[in-house]
Amino acid sequence: MLASLKNKETYSRYFASLKFSLYCITHPLDGFWDLTHEKRGSIAAANTILFLTLLVRILKLAYTGPLFLAVYWEGINIFMYLASVLFPLVLWCLGNWGLTTLFDGKGTLKQVYMATCYALTPYPVVQFPMIILSNMLTVEEAEFYFVLGQISMLWVGILILTAMMEIHEYKMSKTILFTIATLFAMMVMIFILLLFFSMISQGVSYFVSLFREIMFRM
Amino acid sequence: MSRGRKTIGLLAISVLLMTNLPVTVHAEEGYTYNYDWWEDVQYSPDAYEVAGVFSAQELELDTKLSAPEGLFVYGSMVYICDTGNNRILELEREAPDSLKLKRIIDSFKGDNEVTTFNTPTDVVATEDGYLYICDKNNERILKLDMDLNYVMEFVKPDDATFDQSMKFNPNKIAVDSAGRVYCIAANVNKGLIKFEEDGEYSGFTGASKVTFDWTDYLWKKLATQAQKAQMESFVPTEYDNLYMDEDGFIYVCTSNVSTEELTSGDAKPLRRLNLMGNDILVQNGNFPVIGDLYFESGGGFQGPSLFTDVTSLENDIYVALDKVRGRLFAYDNQGRLLYAFGGIGNMDGYFRRPVALEHMGRDLLVLDSLDCSLTIFVPTRFGELIFEAINQFQSGLYYESGETWKEVLTRNGNYDLAYIGIGRSLLRQEKYHEAMEYFLLKLDQSNYSKAFKQYRKEWVEEHILLLIGAFFVILCVPLAIGKVKAIKHEIDIADIFRQR
Repeated sequence: MLASLKNKETYSRYFASLKFSLYCITHPLDGFWDLTHEKRGSIAAANTILFLTLLVRILKLAYTGPLFLAVYWEGINIFMYLASVLFPLVLWCLGNWGLTTLFDGKGTLKQVYMATCYALTPYPVVQFPMIILSNMLTVEEAEFYFVLGQISMLWVGILILTAMMEIHEYKMSKTILFTIATLFAMMVMIFILLLFFSMISQGVSYFVSLFREIMFRM
Repeated sequence: MSRGRKTIGLLAISVLLMTNLPVTVHAEEGYTYNYDWWEDVQYSPDAYEVAGVFSAQELELDTKLSAPEGLFVYGSMVYICDTGNNRILELEREAPDSLKLKRIIDSFKGDNEVTTFNTPTDVVATEDGYLYICDKNNERILKLDMDLNYVMEFVKPDDATFDQSMKFNPNKIAVDSAGRVYCIAANVNKGLIKFEEDGEYSGFTGASKVTFDWTDYLWKKLATQAQKAQMESFVPTEYDNLYMDEDGFIYVCTSNVSTEELTSGDAKPLRRLNLMGNDILVQNGNFPVIGDLYFESGGGFQGPSLFTDVTSLENDIYVALDKVRGRLFAYDNQGRLLYAFGGIGNMDGYFRRPVALEHMGRDLLVLDSLDCSLTIFVPTRFGELIFEAINQFQSGLYYESGETWKEVLTRNGNYDLAYIGIGRSLLRQEKYHEAMEYFLLKLDQSNYSKAFKQYRKEWVEEHILLLIGAFFVILCVPLAIGKVKAIKHEIDIADIFRQR
C-alpha cells in the first residue's frame, strides 16, 4: 500500500481517471462504457467525486447568498445533512445491484458505486460556480440561478440512467424499468430498516425494564 | 496534567452554577410577543400597558352593565352599548386613566311608536353631530342628533336583492363622511348592506368571493339530495365587524374561517375594502394576517385566532382583536405583525370575552362583554417609539426614523422590524452596504435585494478598470501563450536551425 503511494504511476493513473469523469459527463454513452469495460475509472476517483459533492453541499449551505438560501442553523445537523446524500446513494447502489444481478446485469456492486459517483460529477461542477454566482445576483435575476440548479440535477439524473444502461449492458427501456424497480427496492429497504430499528428499540426497552424491575426487587 | 485538571475544575464549577442558578420567571413573560422570520415566537417588552379597567363600579352606575356589545370613540367621548340593559352610555375620558359618565341614553325624542331601544348593538357618532344607533331587535338603524331628537331611520330594504322572508337585525354599522351607512346584519352573508344618506337602500358591497375547486363541484354533482344537505354549502362568509378608517376604507373581519384555509393562506379573516368592495389589504409580511400562527389546542383553547373587531390607527397601522385567546394583534401598513399581546384571564390586561375594540389616538379600548368592563391601554415607551419610527419614515424623515428604530433596538434586541427599519432608513440615505447588513441580520430578502442591487452598481462603477483588466487578462493571456507556443514550434521545426 505504502509502496504504491510512492509510485508516481499511481498518481498519474488516479488523475487520469479523475479527469475521465469530465469526459463521462459530456460523452455519457461512450464514457460510461469505457469506464468499466476499458477500466478507465477508479474507485479512488469515484470517492473523490463523492467527497467533492458532499463538500460542495456543505459549502452551499454556508456560502450561498442570503437571497437564495436562508439556513435555520439551529435546525441543521451536519451529519444528517451529509446522510441525506450518502444514505440514498448506498440504498441505490445496493438496490440496483441486488436487482440487476438477478436480471443479466453485467455490473458488479463496485462498478455500480463507481458509475453512480461518476454520474454525480455535474453536481460539484455546476453547483460550485453557482455558490459564487448566488452572491452576485439580485431577486430579479434569481431565475438564472434556479434554472442552473435544475439543469445540474437533470444532468445528474440523465447520467445515472445512462451509466446504469452502459455498465449493465441494458437497453433503454430495460434501464428505465429497473430504475423504477430500484426506487421501489429503496423504499422497501427503508421500510425494513424502520421496522428493524423499532423492533430493536422495543427489544432493548424490554430488557431495560426487566433489569430495572429486578433491581427494584433486590 | 494540570491543564486537564483545570478544565475538569471549570466544568465542575459551571455545573454547580447551572444547578444552583435561581430561575427567575417574570410575571408578564409572554404577554407581548412577535414572530421572527422563521416564525419562531420572540417575546418582547410590552408595547401597551393598562391605564385602567372600568366596570359599573368605577363608572358609578346604579345598574350593572349587561352583555355590552358596542363601542365607539369620538374625540374624547366614549360610547358603550349596554346591550342587555337597552341603553347607551356616553362617557368622557378626562385624563388617561379616568372615565366620567356624561349621560345615559335609553330613549329619544320623536313621535315614533317606540322611543326606546331593544338590544342596541352598535353606535356611531359623526362629525356633523349625529348619533347612529343600531337598534337591533327593533329592526332599525336610528339617526339622532346630539340632543337625542329623532332625525330619520334606516329600515329593512324592500328590494328583491334582500331576502324579504328574513328579519332585518342590524348588528354593526359604519358611517362615512357623506352620511352613507354600511351595515352588517345578522344572517346576511352577501356583504355589507349599504344605505344612501337619505335612507334609501343601495345594495350590497364587499361580499367575499365564493371559492371552490373542481373536486368539490364533481362531488356535488354525484351526491344525492340527502348528501348534498349534509355538505358544506358554498356561501360567502358573514362579516363579524367593521371599521371605517380616516380615508374611508372599511376594515372588515370575519370569524367564519376554517383552520385548513388559514394554514394554506386562502382565508382572509381581515380585509380592507375600497369603494368597489374589493379587498385591498396589503399582505407583504412573512406570514399572512391571521393572528396566531400556531394554534394547537391547549389551555382550554382550540382553533385559530378569530377576529371579532378591528380598528385602524395612524399610518394605516391596524389592530385586530382575537376572541378565542383574547389577544390583540397590531399590524403595520405592509401587513407585518408589530406585536401581539393580551390573553384570557382575570388580571388587568386580560379579558374574559372581548367583543369590541376602538382606539383614541394611540390608546386602545377593549370592551369585555362577560366581564362587563372596558379596558384602556396606553402605549409604553417601547410602543410609542415604534409608532414614532413608522411615522417618521412615512413622513420622509428617514434619518430620524433610523435613529428611532435604534432606540427601539436598545429596548428589544429581538425586534425584527427595528433592524429592517434601520436598513430601510440607510437605504434611503444611500448607504447600501450598511443597509445590506441590517437586512441580512433579519433576512429581509426583498429589501436586501434592493440594497444589493445598488451596492453592486456602485461596486462595478468603482472597479470598472479592474474588471476590464481582468477580462483582458483572461482573454489575452491564453491567446498570447498559444502564439508563443506556435512560434516556438515554428523555430523548432525550422530548417535553418536544424542544420547544426
